[in-house]
Amino acid sequence: MEKMHLKMTVNGEEMETLAEPRELLIHVLRERLNITGPHIGCETSHCGACTIDMDGKSVKSCTVFAAQAGGADITTIEGLGNPDNLHVLQEMFKEHHGLQCGFCTPGMITRAYRLLQEIPDPTEEEVRFGMSGNLCRCTGYQNIVKAIMAAATEMNATKEAAQ
Amino acid sequence: MIPAAFNYHRPDTIEGAVKLINEFGDEARVVAGGHSLIPMMKLRMTGLSHLVDLQGIGGLKGISVDGDTITIGAMTTQHELIVHKQLSSRAPIIAEAALQIADPQVRYVGTIGGNVANGDPGNDMPGLMQCLDAIYSLQGPSGQRSVPARTFYEAAYFTEREEDEILTSISFQATGGGYAYEKQKRKIGDYATAAAGVLIEKDGDKCSAASIALTNLADTPIYCEAAVAALVGTALDPGDVGAAVKAAVDASDPSEDNRGPIEFKKHIAGVVIRCAIERAIERA
Repeated sequence: MEKMHLKMTVNGEEMETLAEPRELLIHVLRERLNITGPHIGCETSHCGACTIDMDGKSVKSCTVFAAQAGGADITTIEGLGNPDNLHVLQEMFKEHHGLQCGFCTPGMITRAYRLLQEIPDPTEEEVRFGMSGNLCRCTGYQNIVKAIMAAATEMNATKEAAQ
Repeated sequence: MIPAAFNYHRPDTIEGAVKLINEFGDEARVVAGGHSLIPMMKLRMTGLSHLVDLQGIGGLKGISVDGDTITIGAMTTQHELIVHKQLSSRAPIIAEAALQIADPQVRYVGTIGGNVANGDPGNDMPGLMQCLDAIYSLQGPSGQRSVPARTFYEAAYFTEREEDEILTSISFQATGGGYAYEKQKRKIGDYATAAAGVLIEKDGDKCSAASIALTNLADTPIYCEAAVAALVGTALDPGDVGAAVKAAVDASDPSEDNRGPIEFKKHIAGVVIRCAIERAIERA
């Protein structure tokens, strides 16, 4: 099958690549664009390890063709922070032990980022419901929820201080 | 999990999309959110060679309220249904049901059109649309036609929609009175073991109108005429509710699968139907 010329914005950068229409977005991100933050977990839209932010929505990139993402604005974990400049969510996951093996963490944090954009001051129940598309097989979720609640408090304090 | 090769099309008009599915016949499928179709393609359970993506067609998106008539474009996502304030005040049962579908990521992408057109008995919107007595608009090569949700479903994955037609929008009347969509599922993201949508209107102490429909309790959604007849005109006493629950369970026809044997499903159906009726009465 002939390859398509795809353009998308990833983490603020215009990117172009050639891909077959049948290639899933997660494969194009990881294997053609070298963006390996989003992970391949179940590859059946259950686990959420491949979660990215696409046009302001949390999306499981194993269930989207790269062709469908042509023209989209995508943010992955790499776009949220880096080792020298961690995002508040990353800091709080570290602080509150919101991870053990870390495999689900990029998806968790990318999803939590969008959740806090929509609900800046969530209840614990809203965090648990809002994170229900992401599975973690290590932590039992307690510390993930704590980390997200703490990040919300931190982000709100920063916002207030700026006003 | 890589699907078989296909050609990708992104038309920008409904006419363009209809033309493509006519040109390629049964080798073509339209894709809305893709969260039912893409998993099937990954399992190589579909034989399509042309994928017609509807995301570029502006006219298929959005929610409009004109008097009491609500019209929802087929490409409107579950998330958009949940956050639409006017829709939630005029037909709150929609958001109540949509919040019980899949998980947040899937709701951002999954559409109402895909959910109702696919004909999967596990999908929640078909039963809900039968409860609301919704009308589906279909567009094909010879123009547009309307089909009521209550006659749209023929068998699992078989519907009134012809292969060269696209479901473009859904319309129904705003609801008054009480409502409830009750769903029993094994875990977040699962399809219903049993689910029921109920609408109840009261005039004084009497039930003046009602609607009851079931999800995943047969090959198709079920509109429960006998259960509705058991409620309308009554004072909605426990005996009336019991008669309606019995009539609705009798109308169900579940099959055994990994969600349980038939007896279990009928039992759960009785529980969710009763919960839905009682909650709708409380809210009426």
